[in-house]
Amino acid sequence: MVGIVGYGSYVPRYSIKISTIADQWGDDASSIENGLLLTEKTVPGRDEDSLTIAVQAAKYAVQRAQIDPQKIGAVYIGSESHPYVVKPSGTILVDALGIGPNVHTADFEFACKAGSEAMFVAYSHVKSGNMEYAMGIGADTSQGAPGDALEFAASAGGSAFIFGAENVIANVIETHSFATDTADFWRREAQMYPRHGGRFTGDPAYFKHVLNATRIVMEKANLKASDFAHAVFHMPNGRFPRKAGKIMGFTPEQMQQGLVVSLMGNTYSGSSITGFSAILDVLKPGEKALLVSFGSGAGSDAFIFEATDKIVDVQNKAPHIWEQLKNNRMYLTYGQYVAYRKKIQFNY
Amino acid sequence: MANSQRYTREIPHRFRLEAQKFDDGFISLPNRYISPISGTRNFEKINLSGKGTILSFTIVHTPSDQFKLVNPYAVAIIETEEGARLTAMITDTAFEDIKIGAKVELIFRKMMQEGLSGIINYGYKAIVCK
Repeated sequence: MVGIVGYGSYVPRYSIKISTIADQWGDDASSIENGLLLTEKTVPGRDEDSLTIAVQAAKYAVQRAQIDPQKIGAVYIGSESHPYVVKPSGTILVDALGIGPNVHTADFEFACKAGSEAMFVAYSHVKSGNMEYAMGIGADTSQGAPGDALEFAASAGGSAFIFGAENVIANVIETHSFATDTADFWRREAQMYPRHGGRFTGDPAYFKHVLNATRIVMEKANLKASDFAHAVFHMPNGRFPRKAGKIMGFTPEQMQQGLVVSLMGNTYSGSSITGFSAILDVLKPGEKALLVSFGSGAGSDAFIFEATDKIVDVQNKAPHIWEQLKNNRMYLTYGQYVAYRKKIQFNY
Repeated sequence: MANSQRYTREIPHRFRLEAQKFDDGFISLPNRYISPISGTRNFEKINLSGKGTILSFTIVHTPSDQFKLVNPYAVAIIETEEGARLTAMITDTAFEDIKIGAKVELIFRKMMQEGLSGIINYGYKAIVCK
């Protein structure tokens, strides 16, 4: 079967507390934290962007897969924050990792599900026999306007997954994609920050797509919630994925490992897939995991995975994501945060 | 560094730490074509592991315009585990953790950019391992 042969995740070392942002705008920190169910979020360093994050995650994925990078036939990067509008992120990444030049690469954009669609295409290439290995990556340095609700969650991080047919650590059991034109969240050309439809981002957007994708993929695989060890849904905040999981019959214990949002925030294209990476860090042979992304605009990709005996051989070959989120953090003031995120104008 | 031609030309050493190992044992990064030890021109290409040790360092407080946003910052002379000596900026590290003899790892980062519309230069920086 075709599945994941290596995976890796990276989050920057910098964070800002939600209370620090709330204090800046005169909001009540505890009501924000209780509303969003997160306490801090990651912030990219001044020399980091979605590409440097993608490179580090991809290096960890190659480290775990222990394959010759030259055998990777395709690299797809999904992001809302590609460093260039015109000039591919993928070519920079393949040169940094020693992949190619005989490689197919493309940059994807689909709001917060660009990473899972990169995975979807990479998986399909290998499944079709088109190539031996293919890599899908989702990474973002998410944008949120000062004072907007998004600012409390928009963060930085990413994950990479290499698909192959040999030495698979987690087989793909089933997939499903669900998409409609829904105007819940958007960012126009040359605009720094996205806009959104407030409460319209909930039921008609997130829940409609996430719940339909989840229901259909489980029906296709003839599985029920109790068949899974872990499940992860896109995490725009801590509340939405918990509610989606509860509706679909998942217990808090099944949800806990993937809920990296509490310390990471919403890494947009890197959100649900980094939660899934946290699940792979602990998944045991034979256990099943559900991954359901969501991208505004809108759509969801759903994957069902089952771990093989080989997963235990690779889990400790690169840093675990919860360890990165808990250890060695450097916390920023709001002033440092706006400078790091270039939210103020400089003369140079 | 800076213009797009030079950026492209320097990709092997800046992105992948591709160095030259001369047949007298000298290892060079960035590229050079004559060994300063014996004058030999015979070398093979190797990729450095990215692991090394700080030999010396300084903190820069009066940067050029390109680096004002990261001011102050540290620059170190690093010896890699293969024996190559190179200069690199140190990032993601508190200054009190930067010491002679400290173990470092080279990582892929943004170095500078040509204003708001020019090429973004990527390359290696060092982080102190904790």
